[in-house]
Amino acid sequence: MILSDEEVRYVADLANLRLSEEEVRHMARDLGQILTHIEQLNELDTRNVTAMSQVLFDEDETATLREDVPHVTLSNAEALANAPASGAGYYKVPKVIER
Amino acid sequence: MSISEDIATLSIRSIRDGLLNKKFSATEIAEAALLHAVKHNEATNSFLAFSPERAVTNAEKVDSAIAKGEYVGQLAGVPVAVKDVLATKGVRTTCGSKILEHYIPPYDATAVWRLEAEGALLVGKTNCDEFAMGSSNENSAYGPVRNPRALDRVPGGSSGGSAAAVAQGSVVASLGSDTGGSIRQPASFCGVTGVTPTYGRVSRYGLVAYASSLDHVGPFARNVEDAATVLRVIAGRDDQDSTSAFTPVDDYATMMRHSLRGLKLGLPKEYFEGLQSDTGDVIHAAVRQLESLGCEVQEVSLPHTRYALSCYYIIATAEASSNLARFDGVRYSARAEADNLSDMYRNTRGAGFGVEVKRRIMLGTYVLSAGYYDAYYRKAQQVRALISRDFTEALEKVDALVTPVSPFPAFKIGEKTSDPLAMYLSDVYTLTGDLAGVPCMSVPCGQSPEGLPVGLQIFTKHFDESTMFRLAYQYELFTTQ
Repeated sequence: MILSDEEVRYVADLANLRLSEEEVRHMARDLGQILTHIEQLNELDTRNVTAMSQVLFDEDETATLREDVPHVTLSNAEALANAPASGAGYYKVPKVIER
Repeated sequence: MSISEDIATLSIRSIRDGLLNKKFSATEIAEAALLHAVKHNEATNSFLAFSPERAVTNAEKVDSAIAKGEYVGQLAGVPVAVKDVLATKGVRTTCGSKILEHYIPPYDATAVWRLEAEGALLVGKTNCDEFAMGSSNENSAYGPVRNPRALDRVPGGSSGGSAAAVAQGSVVASLGSDTGGSIRQPASFCGVTGVTPTYGRVSRYGLVAYASSLDHVGPFARNVEDAATVLRVIAGRDDQDSTSAFTPVDDYATMMRHSLRGLKLGLPKEYFEGLQSDTGDVIHAAVRQLESLGCEVQEVSLPHTRYALSCYYIIATAEASSNLARFDGVRYSARAEADNLSDMYRNTRGAGFGVEVKRRIMLGTYVLSAGYYDAYYRKAQQVRALISRDFTEALEKVDALVTPVSPFPAFKIGEKTSDPLAMYLSDVYTLTGDLAGVPCMSVPCGQSPEGLPVGLQIFTKHFDESTMFRLAYQYELFTTQ
């Protein structure tokens, strides 16, 4: 299976990743190789197999629900402490909407 | 003998005895372990950060509790290290990535505070493959870890630093995370014990998520008993992780003392095909020793084993592409400036993530992209069900499965970095355990002809860690007498 540079750029765009031209070429080769290997799954007939999305354990349906009571959580200052830019209690990002 | 000479050989039990008999104090242990770790780090690069304040503060608490005759925790005075994917309040947590170079978590992972609540001394954070993605620890943004048993070789990955920190003697136990083999494979490469418990046995709260349906937190230790003691401390229901199980935690240390007589072992034939003969010889010798201890051995089959790698790389990367979306330059320290929001995301992620992380985000995004979901992700989840069923059926016939951990022992640094698929193949025997969610571990079982450690892998039924520990403990007892 071969991926084109165009397809790689499209996927990088979906993933919000800036890739250099060299990275695009390497990615096309590496992903192609891995996707070719992955094609072996088509050998298996899975028409009657229920997909497994999680390892489950036996418990009542509501067992994982907790009481809805208030508890202390992170303060605003703690939550913002790692932000590269913040102000007035919010995260700051580049302007999204032009006036 | 002074504590600084003993530090590399102490066990949880001997530390407890020494503390209660006033042979040494927890503060002395903390200082000796920190010195040892800093000194050996020059050769191995197994630590990314040290936490002397936390270690000494907790040591003083332990010493004070002993002096006052108060409760002495199960891990009192035990020096530990924690993989840098587990959040530690106030201690930098990088996940081996440049994108989190300055990230200081505002809270502790559940497994971390449970260790410290029982008196463990946190020496530092260990190096790892970036976001736990790798099999050799060469994907760390902070340089590779060197295997303490052979410095020109990799320690395995992704929890390479946690395995090396135990192997080099700086800590008695450590925590790692395992998504496709990242505890067991480095444990086998470094010659220490490493445990991946049942999915849901240990809370994932505070573990930076790679692939949530596959991520496990588990211990490394110098011996089986210590690994069991640490697991018992960190295991159990946690309301902060809705996938953590309510199942009571067994008293592993007592249950593992039962003899192996009559225990049924299965050798899955698929795990012995394509095995390097020197590794195979060591594993077969271990199986003969288990037979001599009274185990009944039979061949079994896990027919879908050969599909595990493909299945894993679809599910793990799909989940990773979603989990790692949060590293966008807004909340977690690093940001590359740009005029608009979407360029800021792209530049931050492009500059902050390493090659392997980008590769997996790309693969995961591709398999989840419009039109491909059924062909890849859904298909992989169906294959996962088949792989899981293989384990259920085999473990109806036998009590445990024993296999090699890796097809080969520790390889040389740089040997496999140019070929991602060849690197992925080093996890071919460990991926299945994560996919099925069964407990599994690596216990040292000898050496290859060139003197490199080899690990024996044990699988048991969900939540039957006791049988797994019993097998490993009795084997260790027999082979180290």
